[in-house]
Amino acid sequence: MAHRWKNDLSDDDVTPYSAFLNRRQIMAGLGGAAGLGLAGLAGGTAQAATEAELEPNSWEDVTSYCNFYEFGTGKGDPAAYAGQMTTQPWSVEIDGLVERPGSYSMEQIMEAMTLEDRIYRFRCVEAWSMVVPWQGFELADLLNLAGVQEGAKYVAFETLYRPSEMPGTAYKVLDWPYREGLRLDEAQHPLTIMATGIFGKSLPNQNGAPLRLVVPWKYGFKSIKSIVRMTLTDQEPQTSWNMANAGEYGFYSNVNPNVDHPRWSQATERRIGGGLFARREPTLMFNGYEKEVAALYEGMDLAKNF
Amino acid sequence: MQRINDTIRVVPIWLIYLLGVLPAGLLFYQGLSGALGPEPIKALEHEYGKLALQLLVVTLAVTPLRRLLGLNLMRFRRAIGLLCFFYVSCHLLVWLLLDVQLLGQILADIVKRPYITIGMAAFVLMLPLALTSNNASVRRLRGKWRSLHRLTYPAALFGALHYVMLVKGFQLEPLIYMGLILLLLALRLPAVQRLRPA
Repeated sequence: MAHRWKNDLSDDDVTPYSAFLNRRQIMAGLGGAAGLGLAGLAGGTAQAATEAELEPNSWEDVTSYCNFYEFGTGKGDPAAYAGQMTTQPWSVEIDGLVERPGSYSMEQIMEAMTLEDRIYRFRCVEAWSMVVPWQGFELADLLNLAGVQEGAKYVAFETLYRPSEMPGTAYKVLDWPYREGLRLDEAQHPLTIMATGIFGKSLPNQNGAPLRLVVPWKYGFKSIKSIVRMTLTDQEPQTSWNMANAGEYGFYSNVNPNVDHPRWSQATERRIGGGLFARREPTLMFNGYEKEVAALYEGMDLAKNF
Repeated sequence: MQRINDTIRVVPIWLIYLLGVLPAGLLFYQGLSGALGPEPIKALEHEYGKLALQLLVVTLAVTPLRRLLGLNLMRFRRAIGLLCFFYVSCHLLVWLLLDVQLLGQILADIVKRPYITIGMAAFVLMLPLALTSNNASVRRLRGKWRSLHRLTYPAALFGALHYVMLVKGFQLEPLIYMGLILLLLALRLPAVQRLRPA
């Protein structure tokens, strides 16, 4: 079931791809409706003003400044080397506590899903941010396709690991394959999507083609790219960054300006694309999606469960 | 080797300074023009930092190169050292003025973040070295000058450590700088020096 979550966008608001390319300034009208469902939130405050001005980054920013360590640790490496990754054919193995385990081809998935636009803030754990216009479907719909069994509590994800096409995996920067995980309620939240496109085009390889997770209230590394496997489990799954450095990267990794990364502050961020004199901006709790997701963590100490 | 030494002897020192500061301006211009990518602040910060480390490796290589290969770069060492300090300063200024921007945040970072504490320590150790890199200081300090300038060794170690500590995951590049610096320092150990016939 698509469109569970209203983003207040009508067809008139969809900006043509050419406009994304040609202009950095998107009409305030689109920005105001920018897929955040926050129209009713405290009008007149500074925060609301920020909401109204939310505009996507350029195609250039989104596709040339990436972290995808399988292709190298430089921000430009994914754009330079991900082209060689074969994304057709592609299938996702869905296993574990599901009714219909098996290999789901990309065609099979696309046929069953309804694509929609979501313009989300994207906040990297390295304290930079972007606004990305995604196309995709809710992860909940894909989970329903496989049928979640009673007793499943978490979803584990795995990225493709194919050394012949991934020069970065020659170095053990991380314990490949890249792994991520979500609690089932996080995975089923209407904000959580599987993206297949940006700016109305297919996902470029460096952005995680052909299928990636997008969890907008968590640091970017949770939004695992080029997914080949999803496993429903009753145990908290291992995640790559947590395995690499548990003191710095927790399982939850919710965007939280009050909990610093041990090596840098998370109180502020810099929007990519502002040039050499870009100012830092305050980071928002749950990356600005507090109203939608805070309830998921009620009663939890977010400083401990970081 | 004598021929190489004779050839480089005619290179004027001012040319080293000129060529040395050129990349700083070029990189800044690239940052303005967009050639450093969508996030020019971090790119500039990293490029200046890496140039400083590279120059640090070169200054430390001057003595071993002369001892082991007979290549004499001694007349350029002060210029290379001062250029290194220049890039460390550029790196620090980009961090202060363009990256962190907030004074309160900067002080908190220096105290709270070990990799920044260590980077700042390297800068502080280099300050007296830069200030005494002139003929008058060499004359005035005499024997003490040599001892003072051994601060280069901890400064180099801290600089490399600063880089090793700041990257995410297990990355090779900072370890290469650390390895080179450790090797160049090891060549100065009396025990290692005794290993080869003079």
